[in-house]
Amino acid sequence: MRMALLAFAFGAALACVVAPLAAQTGGAAVVIDNFTFAPQQLTIKAGTTVTWTNRDDIPHTVMATDRLFKSNAMDTDESYSFTFSTAGEYSYFCSLHPHMTGTIVVEGVGGGVTR
Amino acid sequence: MEHDVGRREALKCMAWAGTGALWALNAGVASSSVIDVAATQPESNASFTFLQISDSHIGFDKPANPNAKGTLEEAIGRIKALPAKPSFMIHTGDITHLSKPSEFDDADTIISQAGLDVRYVPGEHDILDPDVTLYRERYGRQGKGDGWYSFDAGGVHFVGLVNVKNLKAGGMGSLGDDQLKWLADDLRDRTASTPVVLFAHVPLWVIYESWGWGTDDGARALELVKRFGSVTVLNGHIHQVMQKVEGNVAFHTARSTAFPQPAPGAAASPGPMKVPDDKLRSMLGVASVTFKRGTQRLAIIDTPLQG
Repeated sequence: MRMALLAFAFGAALACVVAPLAAQTGGAAVVIDNFTFAPQQLTIKAGTTVTWTNRDDIPHTVMATDRLFKSNAMDTDESYSFTFSTAGEYSYFCSLHPHMTGTIVVEGVGGGVTR
Repeated sequence: MEHDVGRREALKCMAWAGTGALWALNAGVASSSVIDVAATQPESNASFTFLQISDSHIGFDKPANPNAKGTLEEAIGRIKALPAKPSFMIHTGDITHLSKPSEFDDADTIISQAGLDVRYVPGEHDILDPDVTLYRERYGRQGKGDGWYSFDAGGVHFVGLVNVKNLKAGGMGSLGDDQLKWLADDLRDRTASTPVVLFAHVPLWVIYESWGWGTDDGARALELVKRFGSVTVLNGHIHQVMQKVEGNVAFHTARSTAFPQPAPGAAASPGPMKVPDDKLRSMLGVASVTFKRGTQRLAIIDTPLQG
C-alpha cells in the first residue's frame, strides 16, 4: 500500500516533465453515441491526447466539471481533442445534456499501467 | 383501412378525453379561487387565444426529418389559415439546431409569415455559438439575467424562463438562484386571482430524470406560484405532448415542428426518432391555448400537422 502510494506520488510529480514526449505517441478515443460517452471511464497515461467523436444526430459538448477544457458544440461526426499532461482524475459532462457524464483517469508514468 | 380509421377516431377521442380530464379536475380546485376569478374579472371580455410552437430546429437535416424548414413552413401555414387570429405566439426554444446566423435568419423569415407577435425562450440548441450572443441579440434584449422576462396579456401574467444555461454535471435543466430570486420579486405583488403562465424550454417538472427531462430547481419555481388560483406551465424540449394537473397547476409540453422523440425510456436514448414518412406529420404540430374569463384552466388543444 505504502509502495503504491509512493509510486503514484512519484508518477504525478514526473507527469509534467514526461508529458511532451508521451503526447507525441499517445492517442485515445471516446465515442459519443446514444447520449453516452463510451467508454464512460477511460484510463490513460499522462501526455495522451483524447479525441471525442460525436456519432449522434444531436450536437453534444465535452466540458470538464472544473472547466479545465471545453469543446464547442460538436455536430454529427465532429471531434474534439484535449491532451492530458498531468496525472489526476478529470470528470466531464455534456453542457447541453448534463446527465451525460464521463471520467478520464490520467496516470503518471511511474504509477501508471504500462502496455 | 377501416381499422385505421377506427383507431384514428379512438385516438381523437382519447385526445379529447385528455382535455376533458383537465376540466373535470378543475372541479376539484378550491372553489374560493374560482369565485375570486369570476368576481374580479368582468365576463365581458370573452376569451383570448395564443399559440405555442416549439423545437423548430432549423438546420436539422438528419433522417428523422431532412426538411425541418419545410415542416415549420407547414406549421406556420396552418397558423395563418386559422379563422380567428390568435393574440400572439410563444416559441419555447430550440429555434435553430446549431445556433448558426443563417439558421436564425431562416427561422425568422418563416415564423414572421404568421404575422403575429412572437415571444421566445431559448433552448440549448440556441446558445451553441462560441460567444453565446446570437440568441440574446435577436430575441433577448429586454430580458433580465440570461434573458428571462415577464409580460401581461389578456389579464394573464406570462413569465418566460431560461433553464438551459449553467447546467451542472449529472443534472437536468437549471434556473439558478438569480432567476428564482427575480421570479419571486416578479410575482410578489400579483394577486392570487391573476392567472399565471410559466413557459420555458426544458420541462419544469421531472418527466424522466435519466434523460435529463426535468429542471433541477423547477420545484422552487413551482413553490412560488403555489398561491395562485390558475397556473399553466408550458414547455418543449421533449418533442411530444405530455400533460398533467397537480392542484392549481396544469403542465403541458408541446410537439416539435421538426422531428419526434421517443416516449420516456422507449428507446436507447432521447435522440431524434425516425418514423415512416407518412407518419411524421402526425407527430409534429402546434398548440393553441385559450383563456376564458371566469374559468380556472386554460384550454390547450394540440394540433398535429396531419391527421
